[in-house]
Amino acid sequence: MKKSYKIDVDCANCARKMEDAANATPGVQEASVNFMLLKMNVTFTEGADPKTVMKDVLANCKKVESDCEIYL
Amino acid sequence: MSRKQKIMLGRIVAAVVITIILLIVKPENRWLALGLYLIPYLIAGYDILRKAVKGIINRQPTDECFLMAVATIGAFALGEYLEGAAVMIFYQIGELFQSYAVGKSRRSIAGLMDIRPDTARIRHEDGTLEEVDPDEVEVGSVIVIQPGEKIPIDGTVIEGEARLDTAALTGESVPRTVRAGDTVQSGCISMDGLLTVRTTHEFGESTASRILDLVENASSRKSRSEAFITRFARVYTPAVCLCAVALALLPPVVSLLAGADPRWTDWLYRALTFLVISCPCALVVSIPLSFFAGLGVASRHGVLIKGSNYLEALAATDTVVFDKTGTMTRGVFEVAGVHHSPVDDAALLRLAALAESHSTHPIAQSIRLACPDEPDEREIAEVKELSGLGVRAVLADGRTVLAGSDKLMKQEGVEYIPCSHSGTVVHVAVDGQYHGHILISDQLKPGAAEAVQSLRALGVSKTVMLTGDREQSALEIADTLRVDELRSGLLPDDKVTEVERLLGEAKGKLAFVGDGINDAPVLSRADVGIAMGGLGSDAAIEAADVVLMDDDPRKLSTAIRISRLCMRIVKENIVFSIGVKLLCLILGALGIANMWLAIFADVGVMVLAVLNAVRILLYKVPQKGEAHD
Repeated sequence: MKKSYKIDVDCANCARKMEDAANATPGVQEASVNFMLLKMNVTFTEGADPKTVMKDVLANCKKVESDCEIYL
Repeated sequence: MSRKQKIMLGRIVAAVVITIILLIVKPENRWLALGLYLIPYLIAGYDILRKAVKGIINRQPTDECFLMAVATIGAFALGEYLEGAAVMIFYQIGELFQSYAVGKSRRSIAGLMDIRPDTARIRHEDGTLEEVDPDEVEVGSVIVIQPGEKIPIDGTVIEGEARLDTAALTGESVPRTVRAGDTVQSGCISMDGLLTVRTTHEFGESTASRILDLVENASSRKSRSEAFITRFARVYTPAVCLCAVALALLPPVVSLLAGADPRWTDWLYRALTFLVISCPCALVVSIPLSFFAGLGVASRHGVLIKGSNYLEALAATDTVVFDKTGTMTRGVFEVAGVHHSPVDDAALLRLAALAESHSTHPIAQSIRLACPDEPDEREIAEVKELSGLGVRAVLADGRTVLAGSDKLMKQEGVEYIPCSHSGTVVHVAVDGQYHGHILISDQLKPGAAEAVQSLRALGVSKTVMLTGDREQSALEIADTLRVDELRSGLLPDDKVTEVERLLGEAKGKLAFVGDGINDAPVLSRADVGIAMGGLGSDAAIEAADVVLMDDDPRKLSTAIRISRLCMRIVKENIVFSIGVKLLCLILGALGIANMWLAIFADVGVMVLAVLNAVRILLYKVPQKGEAHD
């Protein structure tokens, strides 16, 4: 299961931190942040519910970079 | 500029103005000065301080906001009020510039790839038109495209004729003319005609959507350089922080033990300078930006690259392997010449076309295509197809025309002149008299030879052509193209074996160029699989790492040139950014560089690296005669 989300973040380093945070979230198999297109592509592990997982992803991202946003 | 950026600019301007006033007024009292300098400091950097606190709470101690906060608060503690405020202001100027420059290049690169149509105009059965979201158009609907509009969805033209601007997809500036029966791809712009099109795909499956999807996902396949930067950034900041701590503690302690003056403030100041240099921003911003710009510019030139790792591989390509049919040749059969004919060429073609007028064989079709006028079927009295040999036709004026192979001529006892060229030969005899032969062969693409030449000029050391055709016909083409090596008579499996052998021999990367239709295994085996003619071919887009959107093999050198430019800029930025930072770290440790220099190095390097990355957008295809690269 793969989904793409629009995000908002100010700097490339912050985008990198978001990527790390998303990857560390349970339910996420692989996440990649494209800073240039302001997009986050997330591959979910099997059986995971994207909606609940993405809530955690957003919370984790906010922890490392308070200025970021993921449009769910 | 966005609202956020405007507010930031306002804060910076206010902070700068207040700082300048303070510089002129020069407050005497220490505590008054501290209070006054805190005003511009807080105006410029309150959000940084807030983020720093959050960083501590969330246990992210190497957050660059935290580092900036420590460095500037440290400067204030040491009594360097001006420096504390100035470093914060410059840091914010750098951040603002970064977000502005990146936002601007993001938009201009996205503009390069702006092929997504916004609406589609459906024609209902009763003839009324309705504008809808292209997503809602079902396969088989009839849509209308007016002059100047983008074609929203792939389909077949059922009415109208127009010249299409395909530049957004192929980088080709010469328009393509389409009329009823032709297929059209979304993303093309109708320049001058009204087209009625029956859609053959859904919007999401149409060319424009697929290409955009591909480009947008390209950056998930990261190159080694990008992976290196990510790893570097992960190690660099903590390492510099540790050094800073060591710098603040070790020398004074050692001095103290040795009985010398520990000079605590001096070393603390040097350590704070370290913290200012610790943000790897120049790298983490400019490297992905360079790759993104590289992919964007390539797609503007009709070259789709599926990831920056392939960009990297393309730049290092030193062996290029071509497939013959459909790649270097058009893959369609055409009349290449008329030889040994006593009558003029057109007359002979006409005779042959008449004789072959009922045949559906590709050879017959190519003769009919080459014939200047449509053969009139009433001129034929009787036609007999001789399977595997040719045809015998009796014309209305009583003449008997034989058209066919060597075997047919032998069988009929006609003395013929064998052809010395490669290709398929159709001999023509009228009433037993030999009238010469027509040579039909697969035509080389225009620019195929030039493509090989320009690869060589770019320093590609080996060009190889692989083909399933027999030796004789392949040799002539290999000679014309002047490829270094030819392997003919290969089955699809043999091609994989050949490529594997060449992979072992190649010093650099190996690129395989095919038409993407039946060479998927080879495409995936090569370091870089390049497919030609992505326009209209799903298979090519699926199978390859790099897709040349039009059929032009010359685009190959364009792709290599863009990727080399991109890689050069990436390397420049890596060396320059890391070099300047290391230099500043050394100077800072020795006490030669102060915090001013550190912040200038940090912001300045980033600005220069971003500007350098944007340089890729200026890439132009060199004209003939210009020096290559």
